[in-house]
Amino acid sequence: MYKYFLRRTLILIPVLFGISAVLFTILVMAPGDPFEELATNPNVPPEVRMNLRAKFGLDDPLPVRYARWVASMMRGDWGFSFVSRVNVDTLILQRLPTTLVVLGSAQLLAILVAIPIGTYSALRPYSIFDQIATTLAFIGFSLPTFFTGLLFILLLSIHLDWLPFIYRSDISGTGWRWYWEHIRQAIMPVAVLGLAQAASMTRFMRAAVLDVIRLDYVNTARAKGLSEGVTLVKHVVRNALIPVVTLVAIQIPTIFGGAIVTEQIFRVPGIGSLLITSILANDTPVVMAVTFIFSILVLVSSLAADMLYAWLDPRISYR
Amino acid sequence: MEERELRALVGQVKAGTLSRRRFVRMMVGLGLTAPMAAQMLAAAGVAQAQPKWTVNPTKRGGGGLVKALWWQAPTLLNPHFANGTKDQDACRIFYEPLASYDPDGNVVPVLAAETPSVQNGGVAKDGLSVTWKLKKNVVWHDGKPFTADDVVFNWEYVMDPGTAAVTIGPYRDIVRIDKLDSHTVKIAFKSPAPFWAAPFCGAANGVIIPKHLFQAFKGDKSREAPTNLKPVGTGPYKFVDFKPGDIVRGEINPSYHVANRPFFDQVEMKGGGDAIGAARAVIQTGEYDYAWNMQVEDEILKRLEQGGKGHADIVSGGNIEHIQVNTTDPWTEVDGERSSAKTKHPTLSDPAVRQALNLLVDRGSVQEEIYGRTGIATANFVNAPSRFVSKNTKWEFSVDKANSILEAAGWKRGGDGVRAKDGKKLKFVYQTSINNPRQKTQQIVKQACAKAGIELELKAVTANIFFSSDPANPDTYSHFYTDLQMYTTTMTQPDPQRFMDQFTSWEVSAKDNKFALTNKTRWRNEEYDKTWKAAETEMDPVKRAALFIKMNDLVIQNVVVIPVVFRPRVAAISNRLRDAVQSGWDSDFWALAYWSKA
Repeated sequence: MYKYFLRRTLILIPVLFGISAVLFTILVMAPGDPFEELATNPNVPPEVRMNLRAKFGLDDPLPVRYARWVASMMRGDWGFSFVSRVNVDTLILQRLPTTLVVLGSAQLLAILVAIPIGTYSALRPYSIFDQIATTLAFIGFSLPTFFTGLLFILLLSIHLDWLPFIYRSDISGTGWRWYWEHIRQAIMPVAVLGLAQAASMTRFMRAAVLDVIRLDYVNTARAKGLSEGVTLVKHVVRNALIPVVTLVAIQIPTIFGGAIVTEQIFRVPGIGSLLITSILANDTPVVMAVTFIFSILVLVSSLAADMLYAWLDPRISYR
Repeated sequence: MEERELRALVGQVKAGTLSRRRFVRMMVGLGLTAPMAAQMLAAAGVAQAQPKWTVNPTKRGGGGLVKALWWQAPTLLNPHFANGTKDQDACRIFYEPLASYDPDGNVVPVLAAETPSVQNGGVAKDGLSVTWKLKKNVVWHDGKPFTADDVVFNWEYVMDPGTAAVTIGPYRDIVRIDKLDSHTVKIAFKSPAPFWAAPFCGAANGVIIPKHLFQAFKGDKSREAPTNLKPVGTGPYKFVDFKPGDIVRGEINPSYHVANRPFFDQVEMKGGGDAIGAARAVIQTGEYDYAWNMQVEDEILKRLEQGGKGHADIVSGGNIEHIQVNTTDPWTEVDGERSSAKTKHPTLSDPAVRQALNLLVDRGSVQEEIYGRTGIATANFVNAPSRFVSKNTKWEFSVDKANSILEAAGWKRGGDGVRAKDGKKLKFVYQTSINNPRQKTQQIVKQACAKAGIELELKAVTANIFFSSDPANPDTYSHFYTDLQMYTTTMTQPDPQRFMDQFTSWEVSAKDNKFALTNKTRWRNEEYDKTWKAAETEMDPVKRAALFIKMNDLVIQNVVVIPVVFRPRVAAISNRLRDAVQSGWDSDFWALAYWSKA
């Protein structure tokens, strides 16, 4: 087990190198220039732009730039943004809490919605409740988040004027008011992300419970006189959760993807919106750092999913 | 418009028969800038109007929070690194210039005690120097006094090539700055400077940073200054918090140098999202008080305005959507580049074809059907109407006229309906960036041209590529490897001299200069060059204005460009906000200290 973990971790290193090389090459070769705005502004002499490009090393050949990036990464130096001239790690750390709060709550919401509904649907398959839940779940995962986001804004902010649609990271006020304001503005982004997640998770949960509930040990539990509730919680749901947990872990990168779009719509100042603005501004160091973090997340979460699986189901062992 | 006529008009303003505002409008209509017009009046001794505010509070503060929304978020707070208006605006909350430009182009003193003029001895008669008296008792937010040393330091800071300041433009013309006393500076120019109010004025170039916090970070170390992210200025608001790409917050400066200002206790500038969302937050839901640069279709703005919480504020500025007509041949390669200045366009070099094209751009329909209030049909990139009465536009749309001009010049229709002469067909490629209104405009032009026997092939390039400065990409606007191209050019700076660079022969964009120079049409004209040079050192503002109008005439008569619509600046403003007037020549926050709420 530990050997397996060690081996998987060691493999991550060359994989990350490969990913970073591909990312860097694509970013550098893509059209665009971080100082483009300077070129279109007749008030700024072209020398300034040439000077900045030389100063930030943009005119060097690709291998030199990549080697420099790797070398400074090794030292823990993420470089600085060409646009704001702020260190990249500062920029990311500033925004990470917001993203984590929004994504965490969305995930929590998804679990809270999906598990009871999925279980109940499986207990009464093809009942009216199940039909409705299934229909909603299908609607949920066929609608993209950018669409549901706009729909929510139109309905809840503009039509009904209940919720603000611009997310503010610094809200003045203390105590309850502060929490209240935060909850109010987080409702829509969290709901959009969480419900999209919940949709697929409900389907998964339903299938898992259906599989488990027919098994002999469930009948045994019932036969020995356990109450329906105990049977359900201790024997059915617990075992049905095994595949669902791995699903959650594997889906973490997908959620980050959805967060990019949602953050842009609701102006949530997280790393997703940082990525979008940096791509638009051709701010290579920031794009590089954020995409690199995302790829680390993908690798680590798939590793975590594998490990969790082994831990939850003792029948599986890795060598 | 001759110098004589201009003088007569200035005389009328002086005598009071022509209003100051109307005069400025006329000059803007002639392709000049409001600050230039104001300068003409100042030189003639017409007293400068002070901006008037509708609300004059009797105490400082008490207004609570004012919330502004910029759909592009500010990313940095050092004004000398700030190229985009979003960053310049964010800096302007905390920092101030010596003077700002108001909507009429007046130079309004901010950190200066008075506006220099020839009359008060501030501006030297020969134009070689200008003397600024600084306001006394101004302190930086950290309590240190603001003095002449700060002004001198800013020049040194910007001029250091290691700093790579984007504000360097107007400072390069300064030869020396003398500190006459602790609150007086004399700026000496290399050559007579007709527009002396460029350095140290306006938000784009003139904002002043404190010497005591930046002197250790001049040149190569400029990036490391902690004050880059925590500005300490002289402005109405003190720095509270900044998250690059997201939000800037400020709180009232209790020792601000203007009495009873500002009104609001805190200011917040939130960034990100899209223009329509921003318009909605101000105009429809009233969540925000002010939003900048509403690049939103007029139809949508009108619909939002019905809610009644806010409105779109439209002022003229210097943006013109125009079509450029290539003078070189984009289809023949010479020395490894197309559109080489060594070639001549096979068909567009015929003036008749250019005239016809000019007649085939239906600006009226473009305005009516696409831009509405946010794009006004114009002939005036630079175009002078022959008489003043029609104060703005004198464009014409006529397929018949275009047809007869082409017919007379010997361009005959072929079997496919396309005109040709000597085997050369009137077929052009017309490119622009991908942007819905632009594609609609292309269609309108294409249809009209088809009726006159000119075939247009439309090409649309992603904005990221079209406006990129990559010398290796043939699809950029600076390569101009097609016959026609369309985009908006911005004249943000209050003096047109640098802007008019783009038609001089030494600015021809080419492979040798990595396509970095400004003359994209590659048009060359000796007379134009001479006029441009004359304007550079002409000290009499009226004579200089006449020179600019002449340059305008040359460009329009030769159909080097075809102006389409003039694009005013549009902001969304809450109906409760007072005095949040846009300047058109300066930052949206130029009067932030005077904003108030009903």
